Amino acid sequence: MKYLFIIWIFISTACQSKGESRVLEVGSDSPFTTIRQAVHAALPGDEVLVCPGIYKEGQIIIDKKISITGQDFPILDGQNKSEVLTIVCDSVSVTGLLIRNVGTSHIEDRAGIRVRKSGHFSICGNILSNTFFGIYLEHARDGLVENNEIQGEALQENTSGNAIHLWYCNNIRVDGNRVGGHRDGIYLEFVNNSLISGNVSRNNLRYGLHFMFSNEDNYFNNRFSGNGAGVAVMFSKKINMWDNVFEQNQGRASYGLLLKEIYDASIYRNTFTENTIGIHVEGCARVNYKHNDFLNNGWALKMAGGCLDNAFTANNFVSNTFDLSTGSFTETNGFDGNYWNDYTGYDLDKDNIGDVPYHPVKLFSYVVTQTPESIVLLHSVFVELINFSEKVSPLFTPANVADHHPLMHYINWEEIQQ
Amino acid sequence: MFKILKYTLSDLMRSKWVYIYTTFYLVLTTALFWLSNDLAKVIISLMNVVLVLSPLIAALFATLYHHQSREFTELLLAQPVRRTAIFLGQYFGVAMSMSVSLAAGLGVPFLFYGLLVSAQVWNFATLLLAGIALSLIFSALAFYVALRTENKIKGFSLTILIWLFFAVIYDGLFLLLLVLFNDYPLDNFALGASVLNPLNLSRMLILMKLDISALMSYSGAVFQRFLGTAAGIGVAAFCLAAWIAIPIFGIRKTALTKDF
Repeated sequence: MKYLFIIWIFISTACQSKGESRVLEVGSDSPFTTIRQAVHAALPGDEVLVCPGIYKEGQIIIDKKISITGQDFPILDGQNKSEVLTIVCDSVSVTGLLIRNVGTSHIEDRAGIRVRKSGHFSICGNILSNTFFGIYLEHARDGLVENNEIQGEALQENTSGNAIHLWYCNNIRVDGNRVGGHRDGIYLEFVNNSLISGNVSRNNLRYGLHFMFSNEDNYFNNRFSGNGAGVAVMFSKKINMWDNVFEQNQGRASYGLLLKEIYDASIYRNTFTENTIGIHVEGCARVNYKHNDFLNNGWALKMAGGCLDNAFTANNFVSNTFDLSTGSFTETNGFDGNYWNDYTGYDLDKDNIGDVPYHPVKLFSYVVTQTPESIVLLHSVFVELINFSEKVSPLFTPANVADHHPLMHYINWEEIQQ
Repeated sequence: MFKILKYTLSDLMRSKWVYIYTTFYLVLTTALFWLSNDLAKVIISLMNVVLVLSPLIAALFATLYHHQSREFTELLLAQPVRRTAIFLGQYFGVAMSMSVSLAAGLGVPFLFYGLLVSAQVWNFATLLLAGIALSLIFSALAFYVALRTENKIKGFSLTILIWLFFAVIYDGLFLLLLVLFNDYPLDNFALGASVLNPLNLSRMLILMKLDISALMSYSGAVFQRFLGTAAGIGVAAFCLAAWIAIPIFGIRKTALTKDF
């Protein structure tokens, strides 16, 4: 009986420590006054609840399966000297913190929140301001980065970091974050099977989204606006970019979307508005463009060499200064069934498909490609004249670049979907 | 001079062609508004018409008026009136009536459609100022040519040729040179050549204001940087002023020495 009681006590304490998680409160009137103490005392599965206040503790390393929750956004200040949170353990969650002043370093990539070689983490609803790198994931997997607000104070490309930086990751969800004021808004390198959705990335110095060598990823419903050079995606396979908005990326080397060496991708239902170049395509193969809107861009599409088997179907091209300029266009790239607002053909059988093909390359866009300075003659009478005569009898522009089934009316693809 | 100017103006006010010209702009602007509610688009469409038509009409009007009022001019010359006063008065009369027609034709529909509360007010002001400057320049050129040539047909053809040169041929030659010397850095040449032609300069000024995405490309940025600064605007204004002043000096010189 006595033994049984001892065993019972033993089991019950074990259960308590293992099964029920404790809440460790951190604050000036709480059992723990620093987060570091609480993390040190916590057991796996515990929650560290951080009360409002300013915590200047330098780098805090989280090496246990715990969750850290902020109440009314407690401030974790790096005092411009160090990284703030470093997660080196699986199943950690960080919620509701305000992390600031990580400070620029030329030697190390400091971050507001870093996840190193861990999985199953979630970083949700935090505010990061003036962090050199915002959220930095390296060799991470199966994680969630959601609804964070990351605002930097980047002034120069070489002294600034990225808001959300993923390096060698797998199966990560980056969802609903608002990022700005960094070098790149969202940066991915060697990241596979991940979902980037619902993010807003604006006013970054370089790219709103930048990814390289990242295969089989999905990019849905993001908005990229006013970034120094728009969005750049390179050397990746099997990516899907759907329902994104690329807007107001204007400047000497600015694109809505730069695609370089992209294979087997699908680009559906995106909107490109007021970019210097809507999409710049270089060395891409088997990319499908469907139901995209190109509105008020300088160049809707610029295709450089090495593009094969790209298909443009059912896109809207409206009020772009140039619809297409191309260096070398092969037969295997094709336009079919798009709406071009510059199309002046007719539709005698009233099937909403124009009876004469549309040639998207105007003579002047060809001239501007050869001699960029001639852009000064844009909209001049002479240019309109040569464009017209070239349209009547093409001499210089590639005759094989044509949409043989141009639509007569704007495609409202939102309606088509329903 | 002001008396002559007043006579010329009141004379032209009785001409139905001035009203037709004004009505044309009125109808055009109203129709464009009707078709598109986007002020920026309307300004681009208007720009093409204004930049081509206003210099042409101004030049034709100035030539016609000079020949038409020759008898009255000879009568005036017999009076104790200074020659420069007569001819400059006539020139400014024609130029002013053209400018007023343009301003009224474009301005009234714009006011009607609530321009003053829209963000496009400065773009419109640029368009209007460019149109007026072009009217002044081309009526001066035409007046000068008309004064210099006794043969009406010859003078007329020369005036049209001048317009054609600035509106079309200049751009053609310009583009040809750009394409030929493709391998050289052409930024400054392109900038210089477009500042020298008042039509090109006006077009660039308006397009820069309208924030066309294509003009944000690399070479576009060169012009943006030039015309965006106070110095650039100063140079542009100086060029337009010079284009008005030089033919006026020509008119003055010819008027003083010409044997009627």
